[in-house]
Amino acid sequence: MIYSEKVMEHFQNPRNVGVIKDADGVGEVGNPVCGDMMTFYIKVKDNRLVDVKFQTFGCGAAIAVSSMVSEMAIGKTLEEALKITNDMIAEELGGLPKNKLHCSNLGADALHAAIMDYKRKQEERKAAGEKEEKGKEEAPTAEEAACCCPYCEGPLEGLENYCTQCQVELVECPRCHHYTKKGEATCANCGAELAG
Amino acid sequence: MKRVYLDHIAGTPIRPEVLEAMLPFLQDKYGNAQSLHREGQEAAAALEEAREKVASLIGCQPAEIYFMSSGSEANNFAIKGLALARKDKGRHLVVSAIEHQSVLHAAKFLEKLGFETTLVPVDRFGKVDPEDVRRSLRRDTVLVSVMLANSEVGTIQPVKEIAAVCRENNIPVHTDAVAACGNIKVDVNELGVDALSLAGHQFYGPKGAAALFLRKGTRILPLIDGGIQEGGRRAGTEDVAAIVGLGKAAEIARREMDTWAAALRPLRDYLLRELPARIPHVIVTGHPQDRLPHHASFCVEFIEGEAMLLNLDMKGFAASSGSACTSRALKASHVLLAMGLDHAIAQGSIVFSLVNGVTQEDIDALLAVFPPVVERLRKMSPLYTQFLEGKKA
Repeated sequence: MIYSEKVMEHFQNPRNVGVIKDADGVGEVGNPVCGDMMTFYIKVKDNRLVDVKFQTFGCGAAIAVSSMVSEMAIGKTLEEALKITNDMIAEELGGLPKNKLHCSNLGADALHAAIMDYKRKQEERKAAGEKEEKGKEEAPTAEEAACCCPYCEGPLEGLENYCTQCQVELVECPRCHHYTKKGEATCANCGAELAG
Repeated sequence: MKRVYLDHIAGTPIRPEVLEAMLPFLQDKYGNAQSLHREGQEAAAALEEAREKVASLIGCQPAEIYFMSSGSEANNFAIKGLALARKDKGRHLVVSAIEHQSVLHAAKFLEKLGFETTLVPVDRFGKVDPEDVRRSLRRDTVLVSVMLANSEVGTIQPVKEIAAVCRENNIPVHTDAVAACGNIKVDVNELGVDALSLAGHQFYGPKGAAALFLRKGTRILPLIDGGIQEGGRRAGTEDVAAIVGLGKAAEIARREMDTWAAALRPLRDYLLRELPARIPHVIVTGHPQDRLPHHASFCVEFIEGEAMLLNLDMKGFAASSGSACTSRALKASHVLLAMGLDHAIAQGSIVFSLVNGVTQEDIDALLAVFPPVVERLRKMSPLYTQFLEGKKA
């Protein structure tokens, strides 16, 4: 078997599968082109994740990662949950095959995206409450910026400006720190102009 | 738990007679076929006997058979060897878009040496139109290669018609018959090809034993230089046991393949009909009629192949898939994409390829086990949720 016992156990009995209809935050990452797609739903109370559910289209590793992420996240504060990394997920699962490590990135990204979605909604509510119409176009924070290839979601190991998976050269956006294919005029994430 | 093996395309079980024929050459008959002593000559005689058997499987002369270590080696030898031998005449290759990677990557290698490749498209059933091959030919085309049958979708190509087009233009043609040979009738003269690859593990022979048919008088450059084995065209001490196994398997296949096909075809048809009837949103991939007799392939929408394989494996069924996640390269099947399927659907690829001995009960068991697996995975799938919501709206 290519997977650890823990991965197989989570794959066979995934925890927290489903949709939260009135979720406080939703995070969707990946696409079928690179193989996997994950949607995370969160419920937040007093700054804590009281419920996390997910749906995943993908391989055994992607399903096990989603299940593990949901289990790790429930009960944590938002700050704690944002500190969950792909390495922690892979470690909790007893390791992942090398070519499946990107699944753990995807899991962390999906959870973080759901939290950021929640935060954004909170801010919008606050702004609406204060009836302040500040022209809001904040650059996404560096924490949001992915350290993985935006095209295949694969990890950028060592060579940060080159994805070995897709074999494309990447440039980092000075504004949001996301990566975009070299030669593009604007950042694929925030639309900022790219030098060169 | 009973295991039901439905992964013929990855490799068949070995026939007991094949193993029996091989064993002496792993034990007492250890001579090197190039040696002049009695032990060596015994091995040499066994090789020649195997050569005759493989030759009669495909209707060629024994001297036109070159033993190889795998189908991939045979394909590499054919593509690189034939193209490089004719590089003074031109540097253009024509191959189909759904060839095995051992053909496509060999062509890529030649591109680094200055060759150009034209990929001939396929229709939605995975079939090449011989007229498309004709249109892609140039004055500097030195080789055409189109596979006889595709292992992922089972489609059988009109190689005879394609070879006729090439013959008119005096261009050598190779066919990768690895998935086909030993399962359907293959005759090199009827097909009119100049080179053909075959491999033993596709018809109940051992892995590591394959052959390239090369029509007499065809020029080729060797991949492996060294001694005088295989007429100097493939150096290296022969794996006598594996080759003897290949010969035995060829002998049996020639005699029995019609019986095998007659037994497996109705089961395949039953599976092709019943699976989409029992599970909604399942597409049959490949050609409905012109396909390998043991081959049933599908795409199950909204879910991914590896997850299906793992579940089936736990329930005792061995199958395969062309999904990106099952491939180590994490790329979706180039075959399914070439047939015009989109990435999400190609990800749901699943292939059941039947081997001798599979019964109606086995297929019924699969048909009982599979729908709940699909349902479980769909419940987890955001694509399925999106689909259901789209239907509601």
